[in-house]
Amino acid sequence: MTKILAFAEQREGKFKKAAFEATQTAKKIADQLNGEAVALLVGDGVEGIAAQLGSYGAVKVIVAQDARLKNYSTTAYSKVIAEIAKQENASVIILPATQMGKDLAPRISGKLSAGLAADCTALKIEGGEIIATRPVYAGKSLVDIQVSSPVKIFTLRPNVFTATPGGNSSPAIQKATVNLTDADFSTKVTGIRIAEGRPDVTEAGIIVSGGRGMKGPEHFALVEKLADVLGGGVGASRAVVDAGWRPHDEQVGQTGKTVSPSLYIACGISGAVQHLAGMSSSKYIVAINKDKDAPIFQIADYGIVGDVFEVLPALTEEIRKLLGK
Amino acid sequence: MKIVVCINHVPDTETKVKIGADGKTIDKNGVNFILNPYDEFAIEAGLKLKEKNGGEVIALALGGETHKETLRKALAMGIDKAVLLKDDAVRDSYSTAKALAEHLKTMSADCILFGKQSIDYYDEQIPGLIAEWLGIPSVSVVVKLEVENGKVVCEREIEGGHEIVETKLPAVISAQKGLNEPRYPSLKGIMAARSKPIEEHPAAPCANVVEVKSMQKPPAKAAGKIVGTDASAVPELVRLLHEEAKVI
Repeated sequence: MTKILAFAEQREGKFKKAAFEATQTAKKIADQLNGEAVALLVGDGVEGIAAQLGSYGAVKVIVAQDARLKNYSTTAYSKVIAEIAKQENASVIILPATQMGKDLAPRISGKLSAGLAADCTALKIEGGEIIATRPVYAGKSLVDIQVSSPVKIFTLRPNVFTATPGGNSSPAIQKATVNLTDADFSTKVTGIRIAEGRPDVTEAGIIVSGGRGMKGPEHFALVEKLADVLGGGVGASRAVVDAGWRPHDEQVGQTGKTVSPSLYIACGISGAVQHLAGMSSSKYIVAINKDKDAPIFQIADYGIVGDVFEVLPALTEEIRKLLGK
Repeated sequence: MKIVVCINHVPDTETKVKIGADGKTIDKNGVNFILNPYDEFAIEAGLKLKEKNGGEVIALALGGETHKETLRKALAMGIDKAVLLKDDAVRDSYSTAKALAEHLKTMSADCILFGKQSIDYYDEQIPGLIAEWLGIPSVSVVVKLEVENGKVVCEREIEGGHEIVETKLPAVISAQKGLNEPRYPSLKGIMAARSKPIEEHPAAPCANVVEVKSMQKPPAKAAGKIVGTDASAVPELVRLLHEEAKVI
């Protein structure tokens, strides 16, 4: 029977939404292969949140705890996941393609000699085999790939797969035993600096993004105000990051972040192919640009041809009214 | 200190991707290859480590004749030596990493640097695979790197912030944009690079574990609509987002 292990990432005792996506996808694949999906939670003092995974389809949740696992460690976490996969005889391992998941997956791949299909945007079954789809060349094309090793690893692009709660909320909880020595902790997280305020672009459900059409760093206040009324994140084109107007962790594009929000509002962004590479999998795209021939309008669902300095304040106000803020 | 920077070339970002006759890979005719942008941060980090600690920086690549041009770019930036594992097999990340790891085992590097991903495949697999097979720690997506007497303190990007990670050399580090400002090759560097030798070695055999079944264009998006011009279009846009798209 095909056993699928889903790594459910938690940070500070809270699951990432992408952890629910991984858990639910593992369940969907297991159902199609007549297999079983099991979730794995790693940390310290986190057994209390394990049951949440039941409502995303986990039949069993394995909890691997150790005081030393409270903070993330590349080498220790990857050892735990590989060991549990072996104990469970899992032939498929699914992780979210979050920063943690993308860090862990190749090390697990190396440990288990297991092929890794990374940053997948779809998984389907064909002839009893899992076929993964992923974007390449900055999303200019897609490839369907198949893993041929006996153990297969898939990481899932966040915000693309569903996470709809509903199933059984009392899965079996199993305590794992993994032997960890201090040598396994050869990398250690010794501190975290979280930027207060807006959601990170890679996790935001709504992103308001600005480009050169904003004409200067001081005008980004208009972008920020709209983002704040929507509770969204702020993104930026490469041009304005390279010009020093915005920090590089806001950069969306081929040499920046790849994002898949429900709504992406591009303000004063022309729509160069390198920018589209980072945001074209957004569910809805709105473009505001005073050039009616800007390429961004070709991929936008809705567009306004106009001056961002007029449109953004009006849009912010209209949304504020709608949301009763 | 012995520093190795693994580099690769990628189609430049202006490339219009055409699917090749095999239906699985891109048509490379007319494609302009450039040094992977993230690798520039890795090269700069290597050069800085050498400036601080002494030693040598070596650029390592796996590929064919076109990779020599990429290695020369690294040499022109100040890299001391270039090594090419000569190979023209179509490899996945796993077997690329295997070949690089096999050669790295003979090099006893103190620090192995990578760009965090190549902008063609975005796999982000090779640094971690190599570190695992060399039995050494790895830190990925690094935006700040400090090395002192073999002790490494990094900052890596996570969602909404940074993690501070400590480890020891030998280690694998993958570089994120923001780690440094890559230097431009000097004219002197470019001239010198022309005559620096590129050491060639065979690559370990290719045994892929991920197979491309097909490559296709992304589905064409349905045409969108221009809702209107200027601020007058705003109420209708908000109505559409609320009632039609249902995203607000």
